[in-house]
Amino acid sequence: MTSRAERGITYAMILIFSAAALYPMLSILFLALHQNTDLVTGFVWPDKLDFTSFKTAWTEGGFANGYKSSAIVAVSVTAAAAACSVLAGYALGTMQFTGDKLVFGLMVLGIVFPYEATVIPLYYGFLSIHPFGIHLSDTYWALILPQIGTSVSFGAVWMRAFFRAAPRSLIESARIDGASTFGVLFRVLLPQARPAILTMCVLIFLWTWNEFLLALVLIQNPVKQTAPLGLSYFASSAHVTDRTEVAAASILVAAPILVVYVLLQRHFLRGISAGAVKA
Amino acid sequence: MTSHDSTTSDAGAQPLGRTGIRRLGRRRARERAPGEPGSLVAWLFVLPGIAIFAVFTMAPLLYAMGLSFYDWDGLTPKRFIGLANYREAFADPTIRATFLHVVELFAFYTFLPIAFGLLLTALLTRSPIRGLTFYRTVLFLPATIAGVVVAQAWIWIYDKDGPLNAGLRAVGLGSFAQAWLGSFTWALPAVGLVGTWVSYGLCMVLFIAGAQRISPSLYEAARVDGAGAFREFFAVTLPGLRGEIAVALMLTTINALRSFDIVWNTTQGGPGGTTTVPSVLMYLNAFTYNRVGYASTIAVMLAVSILCIIGVIQFFSERGDRR
Repeated sequence: MTSRAERGITYAMILIFSAAALYPMLSILFLALHQNTDLVTGFVWPDKLDFTSFKTAWTEGGFANGYKSSAIVAVSVTAAAAACSVLAGYALGTMQFTGDKLVFGLMVLGIVFPYEATVIPLYYGFLSIHPFGIHLSDTYWALILPQIGTSVSFGAVWMRAFFRAAPRSLIESARIDGASTFGVLFRVLLPQARPAILTMCVLIFLWTWNEFLLALVLIQNPVKQTAPLGLSYFASSAHVTDRTEVAAASILVAAPILVVYVLLQRHFLRGISAGAVKA
Repeated sequence: MTSHDSTTSDAGAQPLGRTGIRRLGRRRARERAPGEPGSLVAWLFVLPGIAIFAVFTMAPLLYAMGLSFYDWDGLTPKRFIGLANYREAFADPTIRATFLHVVELFAFYTFLPIAFGLLLTALLTRSPIRGLTFYRTVLFLPATIAGVVVAQAWIWIYDKDGPLNAGLRAVGLGSFAQAWLGSFTWALPAVGLVGTWVSYGLCMVLFIAGAQRISPSLYEAARVDGAGAFREFFAVTLPGLRGEIAVALMLTTINALRSFDIVWNTTQGGPGGTTTVPSVLMYLNAFTYNRVGYASTIAVMLAVSILCIIGVIQFFSERGDRR
């Protein structure tokens, strides 16, 4: 039914949009592969691969620290938020309890509310409130705890949807067989939940690794800077003099996410199309 | 006849009976099925998550609301000033300009990505192509990259020696070449276009997935009725994607309202305040001008406008569903 012209237009459009999606990242990748003495204008294919700008950016931008901080924060947030979300989602999805609607409502509110609004109170709160004499200001905890909070609101709603969709009969028969509440979760439901949990973890890891505003406000110690924060400072200090190094630093910050994305892209895409529709 | 009667009465009675039991169960402090956990157990499961959420997300939000009624520089004692911050904010031309910037950003963050997404989806429903999984992966890529990195890539594209100007010079339009992010006229559209780049693939992926759930029989029926490409799009594809469009609207308008990373790392709100957005203005007030109470007022206004937009979109998409 469809003409060849239509097919041609479709291919042309999808190729243009795909090229446009790749272009900005490719252009800084090529820029990064040049030496800073090369006069680069526009989009130039590098003659030879030159990694000096990556080396300089890595040391001068302090990205060893940046990687370490981002990894600590992103992994802790993902693990803790995933555990809390599975537990909360299990209760919200399979049990009726006093206040269940309130808890669910708060979680949905947590997804849509801008966490940007929490930044000021968090900064002054960490400065002035020291529970049990512990100073959280300018530590990894200052980044980890608030991000568990925001991630849990998404995660609990996400896992609730999964547990609600699980067949009631499966849960009920396990209960009748005498499985404990924990047993139902760990032996019956979790094995099936693995793809849903992985998708959730991938999304939380992505958001946490990329997070910028919290780190900008809550971290002053250069050793504890996350990778995106390090890039922001590096770019504003070196910006004018050396573009190739800024480009290399950008690639360094994006690299872990790009690797995870290529390996697990199915989960990103599913997370967005299914999760977004539910939320 | 009797058997038929009994089945119909059964079928009619069963749902009624079930809801009846459920209602009773709710009224009489929970008659639980064997092994069904009680409220206390359920709360133990919810507790770790809700506790962290309450302390580190909910409480700060409430505290921000509280701070918005104070005059505070962050150091000296707070002074309660009631609604004075709000009165000032509504009369403040900077804040008005900031929210107007967001309205302009909607065109780039929301309208263009959704339009591009619908265009591509319409084409794909007419002529499916091979390798769609690959294209989806590529299209979605921009949405996964950190805002700080995205900003650096586009700073280079808009640079005076960057690809955009080089392209203009190559086609003989060198007189248009300029430092785009430094221009009072072009900085905001330039930042907006970055938002378009981040979101259009996401919209496409959403819409393509949605279109795959539309029953092929609807398209067959439309084609039998002799509908052309346009009729087919407006009669089948567009109504079928209502849910996805509502989601895309919400995601992209919220992104425009709360955008911080990209704006901060490209222009910091400049030049001359032509690209300020609410979160940037909030940050500047709190940490540069030391007006913490006023910054909290901006935070509350940002949160309220997001809630309003979500409310409006929900209202229209639900009304559409009922029709």
